Formats: sequence, structure tokens, C-alpha cells
Amino acid sequence: MKIIGKAHVYGDNIDTDRIIPGKYTKTLDMQSLAEHVLEDLDPEFSKKVQQGDIVVAGENFGCGSSREQAPLALKTAGVSLIIAKSFARIFFRNAINIGLPIIEVKDYNIQLEDTVEVDLITGKVEVNGNTYFGTKMPDVMVDILNENGLVNYLSKHKQYNL
Amino acid sequence: MGQTIVEKIVSTHAGKCVHAGDLTVVDVDFLMASDTTAPLAINAFKNMGGQRIFDPTKMALVIDHASPAPNQRIASLHDLMREFANEQGIKLYDVGDGICHQLMIENRHARPGQLVLGADSHTCTYGAIGTFSTGVGSTDLAGAMLTGRTWLKVPETILIKINGSLPKGVSAKDLVLHVVGIIGIQGATYDAIEYTGTTMEDLSLDSRMTIASMSIEMGAKAGFIHTKGLSLPYEFEHVLPDSDATYKQIIDIDASTVTSQVAVPHSPDNVVSIENLNEIIIHQAFIGSCTNGRLEDLHAAAEILKDKRVHPNVRLIIAPASRKVFLDALQDGTVETLTKAGATFLPSGCGPCVGTHLGIPGNNEVIVSSTNRNFLGRMGNRNSDIYLGSPAFVAAAALRGKITNPQKLLEGVCGS
Ligand code: SF4
Repeated sequence: MKIIGKAHVYGDNIDTDRIIPGKYTKTLDMQSLAEHVLEDLDPEFSKKVQQGDIVVAGENFGCGSSREQAPLALKTAGVSLIIAKSFARIFFRNAINIGLPIIEVKDYNIQLEDTVEVDLITGKVEVNGNTYFGTKMPDVMVDILNENGLVNYLSKHKQYNL
Repeated sequence: MGQTIVEKIVSTHAGKCVHAGDLTVVDVDFLMASDTTAPLAINAFKNMGGQRIFDPTKMALVIDHASPAPNQRIASLHDLMREFANEQGIKLYDVGDGICHQLMIENRHARPGQLVLGADSHTCTYGAIGTFSTGVGSTDLAGAMLTGRTWLKVPETILIKINGSLPKGVSAKDLVLHVVGIIGIQGATYDAIEYTGTTMEDLSLDSRMTIASMSIEMGAKAGFIHTKGLSLPYEFEHVLPDSDATYKQIIDIDASTVTSQVAVPHSPDNVVSIENLNEIIIHQAFIGSCTNGRLEDLHAAAEILKDKRVHPNVRLIIAPASRKVFLDALQDGTVETLTKAGATFLPSGCGPCVGTHLGIPGNNEVIVSSTNRNFLGRMGNRNSDIYLGSPAFVAAAALRGKITNPQKLLEGVCGS
């Protein structure tokens, strides 16, 4: 499974309030989430993001709340993958559970607008002729992601297979 | 090989002996979702093919994050929750009953030694009574509603030993902010925390909840206070680690050296001692939340505001953590003391803490708050600054209209 996209680059500790402010989270309309995604961090993001783009961040991406609206807002806005040096625990699980690919890459040099190519199976990340490798996820997470999220996984398997 | 608290609780729920690093499936004892997370969880549950939840007596839904409904859209989400609770036979806490985490402990849904999942990051609060409770997203919760189980990786544990007595005017909130300042916002990611020591043994349940609730502000999966010294209104078995348990890290803290602590904008780990802060002018003061909205917290504010009047340029807003907290404070005169001092009481719930309604800051305003997060925009306006501290800190700032050391005010009270 290969993902190729253009990078939007942000820093460390991007919390869930900056991904989608609490005041917008009480809704089942995913499009309305996408309209406000990253609004307090980068007010222009929702206008400039293109289908397939990649969000690249530093340490501890998605810290704070357990709101699944955070990865949902990014996914609905068209983001195809998130690369970060590390992720907050709940955000990581949520992203996989809703079928948003996410990869932890401890060290990288990626600039705004760079084209990044990622092989989700091998964890290989290629950008500007450089190659990096992402941290391997537990098998159960790979299985959930392969089913495009936990809803499909549990519809099919009815239980967790470790 | 000795076990930490989390290793013990996960082992009993996995039906096999596990240690840090092991991946396992566990049975859950109780599930909770709020009006931010329940609607998505209900949808996910139905999309998984769910018809009946695994055990309706093991789940509660709470309408607290935007309660009472501030608009029609949210009113419809509340209706969806009421309908689902009704059809499934699940307990629903409605408008004004209180904040989810307060209700889970008050109403004995979470008990020592149990394993509880909540679709809210501050679910870690029940570590105050020795529950392994952790926050999950809506879809993870839906998976547990369907199967009665979840999967997890057993975390490593950081042990924090706190001994000595806290100085006058210094509270559990100052202690936990001090710890958050040391560990940092991601210092405990994927880990559990255990708190032990003589200081902890003397703490009330309210204070223990304050400390456990902020485990997530260090990225932790859970935060346990050793139950030695804990009293609950029912019989329980103490939750303690083996004496030869393995810890990732051990931190020693002398409580007598801790001062009033403040988290300055825009992160809860930007912690400074109040002595290093200028007397910044403030506009709004908020006391409430799952971290500091309990009776003990209202008492601490009343001690500072008794027979005084909040500064004319400050709005002091208080949201008790539950209807029970409100009623207790009403009966013992605390509500009257604070109302006479100029405080405005809100219905029990989250409101201002999460920026939904009932106290959104204006542009360029400075807020002092007893809550747990001061991220940019957290209270609903990115053009405002939030300073986090204890209820005494918030009351002191409300009284003087600027950031003030509550310890100094309390000394003044005693001296006069
Ligand atoms: S009071 Fe604040 S932190 Fe606690 S559950 Fe409500 S919104 Fe979350």
C-alpha cells in the first residue's frame, strides 16, 4: 500500500484542541469538522489542503483529548497520512480505528510542499532522495488498518485476534 | 517476578499473568461515554452490526460537555443518546447531574481493582481509587460495547514517591502541576504512573482525584494513587503493587518544598512557581472541572472569599462537579458565601473547561482556571490566555483582579 502526497509541516505537541477545537466537536456532520480542521494552528489549512496531502509533525502529535473527531477531521479534509516523530497514545489508536494511516518516523528532514512517498507495508519513507524507516506497529493495528478501520474489522471478525 | 498495579489488574482481566510490554485482550468491567463521544460511538456500534450491548448494566452515558444543550444541533445529539440509553437499558445521566468522571466514582460505577474504559481522556481519574481506567476514542469504545473486551499493551510504570506535609495554602493541584512540570507533556506517554508516600496517604478522595485526573497531561495511560489511607463508603480490597515490582523510573518529591504552582499559556506542562510570576491583570476566573470542581475545592475558594467581594473587573464562574457536590455546598453554606462574594454558579458540567458554552473568553482576555488544560483555544477563543492553578489560586486572583499568591493571602487572613 503506497501513499504519495504533498507535505504540510508543523511542529511538536500539536494538541487535539488545535486539530479540532472542542466547540466544533459536537456533531455527526464530518464535513463541518473538516471545515475547521487545524483552524487555531493554521487558519488557511482547510482552504489549501488537497485530497491526498500528508501532514508531517514533530513529537507528541494529537496530545490531549480522546476526541476521535481529530483524526476524522483530518481524514475528511483529504489528508491521506500523518507522519510524526511520535504520537499521543489515544490519537494513535483513534487514527488506526477510523482507517487513517499514520506512521511514526523518529527522524526526518521534510519541508513544506515536499512530495513524500510512503510504503505502509515496509514503513519506508522516501523524500528528496532520502530514505527513512517508520516504527513497526503491532500486528493487530496493521490488521485493523488493512480492514480500513475497527468498524470493518469487528464486523468481519466479531472479536479481537491477537 | 513482582508486579506493578497495572500488571496485576490487567492480569486478572486477561486471565493470565502479564508484564509490561505484553499485548493482550482484556475483559472490561464498565464503559462510559459523554455527549462529545457517545454519538460517534453509537454510530460505530451500529455500523459494526451491534444490536445489544454486551451488558447494559456495565455502561453509563453522561450529558455533561454541552449541557444543557446550547443549540438545536447539540439538542439532537442529546436526544440520540437518550433514545439509545432507553432502547438498550443503559443508565443515562442527564443535564445537571454532573461531570462524567465525578459521577463514575460517586455512583460506584468504577471500583478499586476494576478495569474501566471511558471515551474521554480524563477517564484516568479513577486511578484515584485504584481502578485501571483509561481514555479511548469512540470507535474503540464501540468495540468494547460489542465484545465486552478490548486489546491493550501493558504499560511500564513510573513510581512517584511523595513524602512530607504540604505547606498551608498548597494543595493537591499544586502537587500535580509540579509533577507535570517535571515529567512534561509527553514524559509518560504509553506509561502508567503510581503515586505513593506519606503525603499521598493523608490525602482526601477529592485530592486523589485531582492528581489522578492529570495523568493524561503527561501522556500516561493510567495514574494510580496507592490506596493506603483511602476511605470509601463501601468495603474494598486495597490496590497495591508487589514490593519487588519493576519500575521504569522512580522520582522522589519532598512535599514541604512545593509552592503554589501555575501552568502558564499554552501548555499544562509550562509550570512555574507563582513567586516567579508577575501580577498579571485577569478578566475571568473559573472554578470547576473533573480536576477541581469538588466540595474541597469550593471550600478552598470560600476560605479566601468569605466576607469579601470579587474584584469588580472580574467574572468568577463556578461549575460544581456534580449535583451532589452542589447540594453539599448549598447545605454547608459554601454556595451562599461564594455567591455573596460575587460568584456565578453554573449547572454541573464541563461548559467553560472545553470551550463549548457558558463562559467563552473575550479577545485578549486573561483567564485563571482550576481546570487541567490551557491549550491555545481550549476555552473557545484562541485570542485568550489561560493560567491553570488550584482553586485557592483562582479565588485569590478573582479577589484582587490580578495573579496573586494565595499562600500570602491566607497568611494575611491568619495574621489579621
Ligand atoms: S471537565 Fe473538562 S476535562 Fe473534565 S471531562 Fe469535562 S471537558 Fe473534560
